[in-house]
Amino acid sequence: MSAFNAIGEEREIDRDEFTPGVEPQPTWCPGCGDFGVLKSLKQALPEVGKTPEEVLTVTGIGCSGKLNSYLDTYGFHTIHGRSLPVARAAKLANPELEVIAAGGDGDGYGIGGNHFIHTARENHDMTYIVFNNEIFGLTKGQTSPTSPKGHKSKTQPSGSAKTPIRPLSQSLTAGASYIARTAAVNPNQAKEIIKEAIEHDGFAHVDFLTQCPTWNKDARQYVPYIDVQESDDYEFDVTDRAEAAEMMRETEDVLNEGTVLTGRYYVDEDRPSYTEEKAAVGELPDQPLAERYFDDDAEWERSYDLLERHT
Amino acid sequence: MSDDELIWRIAGGSGDGIDSTSQNFAKALMRSGLDVFTHRHYPSRIRGGHTYVEIRAADHEVQSRGDGYNFLLSLGDSFARNPQEEAYYGNEEIKPLSENLDELREGGIIVYDEGLISEEDVDAIDLHERAEENDWHVFPMDLRGLAREHGREVMRNTAGVGVTAALLDMELEHIEDLMSDAMGGDVLEANLEILHEAYETTREEYEFEHDLRAPEGTHDAEQALLSGSNAIAYGAIDAGCRFIAGYPMTPWTDVFTILAQNFPDMGGVSEQVEDEIAAAALAVGASHAGVKAMSGSSGGGFALMSEPLGLAEMTETPVVLVESMRAGPSTGMPTKPEQADLEHVLYTSQGDSQRVVFAPGTIEEAYEQTRLAFDIAWDYQIPAIVIYDQKLSGENTNVDVDFFDREVSPDLGSTLTEDELREAAHDNSGKFKRFNYETAENGVASRSIPGQKGGRFLATGNEHSPVGHISEDPDNRVAQMDRRLEKLESIRAELDEERESTQTYFGDETADYGIITWGSSQGAVEEAIGRLNENGHSVKGLSVSDMMPFPEREVTEFLESVDEAMVVEMNATAQFRGLLQKELGRFGEKLTSLLKYNGNPFEPAEIVEGYEVNLAEEDREPTAQVRIEPAAGD
Ligand SMILES: Cc1ncc(C[n+]2csc(CCOP(=O)(O)OP(=O)(O)O)c2C)c(N)n1
Ligand code: SF4
Ligand SMILES: [Mg+2]
Repeated sequence: MSAFNAIGEEREIDRDEFTPGVEPQPTWCPGCGDFGVLKSLKQALPEVGKTPEEVLTVTGIGCSGKLNSYLDTYGFHTIHGRSLPVARAAKLANPELEVIAAGGDGDGYGIGGNHFIHTARENHDMTYIVFNNEIFGLTKGQTSPTSPKGHKSKTQPSGSAKTPIRPLSQSLTAGASYIARTAAVNPNQAKEIIKEAIEHDGFAHVDFLTQCPTWNKDARQYVPYIDVQESDDYEFDVTDRAEAAEMMRETEDVLNEGTVLTGRYYVDEDRPSYTEEKAAVGELPDQPLAERYFDDDAEWERSYDLLERHT
Repeated sequence: MSDDELIWRIAGGSGDGIDSTSQNFAKALMRSGLDVFTHRHYPSRIRGGHTYVEIRAADHEVQSRGDGYNFLLSLGDSFARNPQEEAYYGNEEIKPLSENLDELREGGIIVYDEGLISEEDVDAIDLHERAEENDWHVFPMDLRGLAREHGREVMRNTAGVGVTAALLDMELEHIEDLMSDAMGGDVLEANLEILHEAYETTREEYEFEHDLRAPEGTHDAEQALLSGSNAIAYGAIDAGCRFIAGYPMTPWTDVFTILAQNFPDMGGVSEQVEDEIAAAALAVGASHAGVKAMSGSSGGGFALMSEPLGLAEMTETPVVLVESMRAGPSTGMPTKPEQADLEHVLYTSQGDSQRVVFAPGTIEEAYEQTRLAFDIAWDYQIPAIVIYDQKLSGENTNVDVDFFDREVSPDLGSTLTEDELREAAHDNSGKFKRFNYETAENGVASRSIPGQKGGRFLATGNEHSPVGHISEDPDNRVAQMDRRLEKLESIRAELDEERESTQTYFGDETADYGIITWGSSQGAVEEAIGRLNENGHSVKGLSVSDMMPFPEREVTEFLESVDEAMVVEMNATAQFRGLLQKELGRFGEKLTSLLKYNGNPFEPAEIVEGYEVNLAEEDREPTAQVRIEPAAGD
């Protein structure tokens, strides 16, 4: 018998299960795009057959980091920028857990940027949602790595001299195997993309446009949005790296001109996930490591058996 | 400075294979029945710069590198950048000979490779005059030529070992066995030929006028030769740790490497990651998901771990970190030992944070205290740190094989099973009260693991309610903070009352002069105290391992029993003495410091001298590169 009976449990799942009963009222501002992420997860998780206790939601710090306060799963609200290394290790420790990491644009593309690159590069099997509001929300509106050039804030009073980061392109270069952008104002697409991301075997990166009406009044609410898969104006193959790259570049370029492009950008179903790669070189046990600590029959090698080399 | 011991120094260029040669020779001495202790000295470069390893061997226990040495095998530096020219660095080829002479004892032996070091070079450093003055016995041998004749030039180390064995009247048996274990085929054959040829030639060519011979001894039980890094890694294995994440940094890399090489065969997981922030965060994540996990680094990398360390404290995620100190500040001297990260390790990270810190003093303690760190971390859900240094990391000594004959303890401490979770307290929505201060014992609130039924909760670095929700409610804050702090007091009580003390006492119990030290300076202090007492002084010693929680009762008793105490540590700002004064301020006037921070560990004689200078209260300065810092108010 598994020590983790919530994992793989087959039963009817109610959407409300993901809403904490004794709910801390979300502290997000009215109209905040973060509600959209929460809602799409609450819809997507039951639809892909996940129960609250087989999911670990790992967040960073920011308004976005509060996600797991309002989503009732196992949760780890970590520190600014470090959701990915915590999430990655949980997945390695117990590959059967459904791991979702999430955080802000400052959290993921700024202070945690190094982890983002390496987690994508290694293709860890998890979903990573970046709440991209092009601003530091929680600390009251400073310029973030995705803020457009010229963006004025209290810390960039003359307007930012920096070109914004290209989150999608960077993700592709780093090695993510599922890359999409959606927006809080587009709940149906968001839910579908989140479902695909969860079901994808590998690092699924969702750049989630979440409007911040409080601090980012310049940015419009990401409407109207265009779904690149549905619009006739865009034609590209999401499995073709070069075409995807071109589409991503255009999407990043036009965002600051007011054209909001969303959709799936890159999907590589063939790239093995990190757990598969690690198992292939013989560095990952067959049985989830965490299971072993609850298995009374497990064998534990002793240092005593290594001493021959020292005698 | 007894002459019943051999202290053999093999010196050459970095990259000349000194490490493996010395490791095997140390094993041969151990197999012959001697106790051994090795000391490694090397620059922070792969090639270029000279390096040496010392092996001290005696028929009795050896606790330190000893004072000076009595046998030099100088290979010359075959990787010297500027073999012949007197360039900026001077002639490097001869440095393994010329730079090692100061510490060679009177009557000592010198073997050098005349195939590499010319007669003129030797004259240029006045070797023969100095030999005469010091009664050194000099044996030039063409080690390179010998090696070339029977094999390849790199085998000249083997020739050097053959000459050593001949001069010391050692049997070749153990050396041959070890060679056969390590190699085979033509390579083995060539090496054996070189060994024998060197041995015979030495005996034929030279009349032996020196007194030094290999000591003889016996062991009651089979011995293993291992380093502090081995001991820490093995302690982790036997504590049931199967997950390590790290980023290379000298000297911590040794522990990381040993576990990275062993874990795959044991069903464990090792991850080399992008930086130390990630490394510590991975250990926290793996532990959260139900695995006994660790990480570690040296000073600079550990600095990056501050924030994840605080997260582990606040979320009460058990984790073990090891910190292998090297000389700082900043990049400092990467390959030199120092005990100057104590305050860094004790206090880094924001808030009223607390952790457990152990500083082992010997190889055995490194093993025991690593296990202890895991036990305490998982029982109390608190980070535990093992702090050691480049010295303990790299020195090898022999330990009874039976010492390691123990069971693994994969127990996850205060972690609930699903059955137990059913009985535990939940809120109305079924969220588990993971941080339930009402039912906590000794401050510990048992935890659940993701994937368990009935265990979901939120772990957060924010202050939080019993189920983990972010909370700034004053009553909850005080209750949670008090509960977390209670854990440290409970640990202090457990260490003091229920477990064998990790502190080590030595010397004369009735003495009213004490020497206190911590961590890897223990061996040299113990030896110095032994010598002082043999010479008619009366001194007692205490080596402290519990850095946090501090062993208040034991140290109080020790300090009350003496009139004066000298605190010996390898740093410039007397950090451990500072800790003593913080914890037990009333003894401040009794404490003098003996500090060394030139990059080399204490030799026992330096401590003996420190004692003499301090006690005589003369206006004399110690001759060694140490500093005496008198008691406050003196
Ligand atoms: C190490 C560290 N530096 C700075 C902060 C302060 N801080 C908290 S959230 C944040 C930025 C939040 O922006 P973002 O990640 O975009 O999240 P948002 O609030 O917009 O969702 C900062 C700078 C912190 N908590 N930790
Ligand atoms: S400050 Fe902005 S991002 Fe934060 S909750 Fe308010 S609207 Fe949302
Ligand atoms: Mg933001």
